Amino acid sequence: MKILVCVSKAPDTTSKIAFTNNNSSFDETGVNFIVNPYDEWYALVRALELKEAQGGNVTVLSVGGVDYEQIIRKALAIGADDAVRIDAPESDALTVSSHIANYAKDKGFDLILCGKETINYNGSVVPGMVAELLDMPLVALASKLDVADGIATCEREVTGGIEVLEVNLPAVISAAKGMAEQRIPNMRGIMAARTKALEVVSVENTTVTTSVNNYEMPPAKSACKFVDPTNAAELITLLHQEAKVI
Amino acid sequence: MKTIVFAEHLNGKFTKSSLEAVSYASAWSVSTGGTCLAVTYGSIDASVLGTAGANEVWKMDALNTADGEQITKLMLAAQKESGATAIVLSQDLIGKSVAPRLSVRLNAGLVSGASFLPAGNIVKKNVFSGKAIAHVTVNSEISIVTVLPNSYGVNASGAACPVTAFSAEVGTARVRVKEVRVEESESIPLPEADKVVSAGRGMKGPENWGMIEELAKELGAATACSRPVSDIGWRPHHEHVGQTGIAIRPNLYIAVGISGAIQHLAGVNGSKVIVVINKDPEAPFFKAADYGIVGDAFEVIPQLIAAAKAFNATK
Repeated sequence: MKILVCVSKAPDTTSKIAFTNNNSSFDETGVNFIVNPYDEWYALVRALELKEAQGGNVTVLSVGGVDYEQIIRKALAIGADDAVRIDAPESDALTVSSHIANYAKDKGFDLILCGKETINYNGSVVPGMVAELLDMPLVALASKLDVADGIATCEREVTGGIEVLEVNLPAVISAAKGMAEQRIPNMRGIMAARTKALEVVSVENTTVTTSVNNYEMPPAKSACKFVDPTNAAELITLLHQEAKVI
Repeated sequence: MKTIVFAEHLNGKFTKSSLEAVSYASAWSVSTGGTCLAVTYGSIDASVLGTAGANEVWKMDALNTADGEQITKLMLAAQKESGATAIVLSQDLIGKSVAPRLSVRLNAGLVSGASFLPAGNIVKKNVFSGKAIAHVTVNSEISIVTVLPNSYGVNASGAACPVTAFSAEVGTARVRVKEVRVEESESIPLPEADKVVSAGRGMKGPENWGMIEELAKELGAATACSRPVSDIGWRPHHEHVGQTGIAIRPNLYIAVGISGAIQHLAGVNGSKVIVVINKDPEAPFFKAADYGIVGDAFEVIPQLIAAAKAFNATK
């Protein structure tokens, strides 16, 4: 089975979020970048588990500049066989998806896996765009994935229960929590990653349909009002009369 | 400007997130002097979408399930027929399956997870898991916006509106629903909950969750937990709220024995009112709280249960 896993770069979850140039760009000072957790912990690890059980090949793909190579090497260290970096500046989802689809269209991937969203843009749209561009079905936010006889069986959480879905491969599947457990790369994996193939693909610039002009910070919270722990019942009164939420 | 909005329903009722999307689409059309067309499917009384702001509804009776590709085709046909230049969906499961496909087919800019109405061609959306807000410019003729659930209130001041039968070539669904396992639980589903009581490692063990569940029951709230608690198996994974679990935006979020790591805050910072109960006065969560109690959960929670019972008795 040939599996493509799309991975993105994201600031470490403990990063302080700040902006520079009149709030027009993200301040990367002191920020440590990681593989987007949904892409790494769930999509990539599940792809590796499927390959280990059934044979095949796992390729990781990233759209970004040379600074993406650090997170690509991390994905290789965890166990991906080879990698592709599409050399393009950060852009909107439609442009990124077009780059992914253009690369993948004649490579014969059985399965294209993505995390359900990035933790920096929270868009959740690249998987659907890639599916449409490649004329493939999409299962969004799967929390479980199995493959047998060319059919993927997925589970996902819906209101009031769990939905079990089946789809013929090839398909695009976006991964939510539950699909796999995070893997920590070992020394052998880290050493092996240095020599694994990393193909760099150059692309033409395209026009974008959306662009981020600037950012603002959410309004600050007013100070916390403290309630005496020996008179905790007062909280219920405050929630009813002052906050009006019960 | 004419807006077109997709409305999803479940068990004979339109979902809350769909009604939010309809009210959003309606307000957007009003602000530009246009009208709002809602699109839905199946056997349901769709005239009620008028109360949330739709001026008219087009409904495809012959379609029974909301498959992403089929709804995409339905929306494309309705967009073409109506000439609408703004498309709205909720950023829920079906919205995440349909909006990206529409964006590709119409070469239209998509802003996903908007929490504010557009101003001209600029749409604000939460980014960095709610730690910042981005101003996104849409450069295309047609704009698509998905609305972050629980961020835009339903305006139910309208009246029932006319429903017209509509039909499109939607093909067959390639994703097959094999079964839906209904969870045998009386508890409220977390993503839709208006109130949430959440607890962390401060509860010392899974055997102590009884009081959390009881408080949630008295308040009509769902239960949730922090990541460490779901990782060590005290609570199921689907209760994990935070940056890598699920993000929620209830009106009331009560956190018991959760220190408030930045990753946890990212999943709950959209909550309207946050209450933090922790015996450590230095817990970072207090900085994000509206109300706080510095105290032992095992002493505070029983008092809150008693007070909530007394309050319910007066209602």
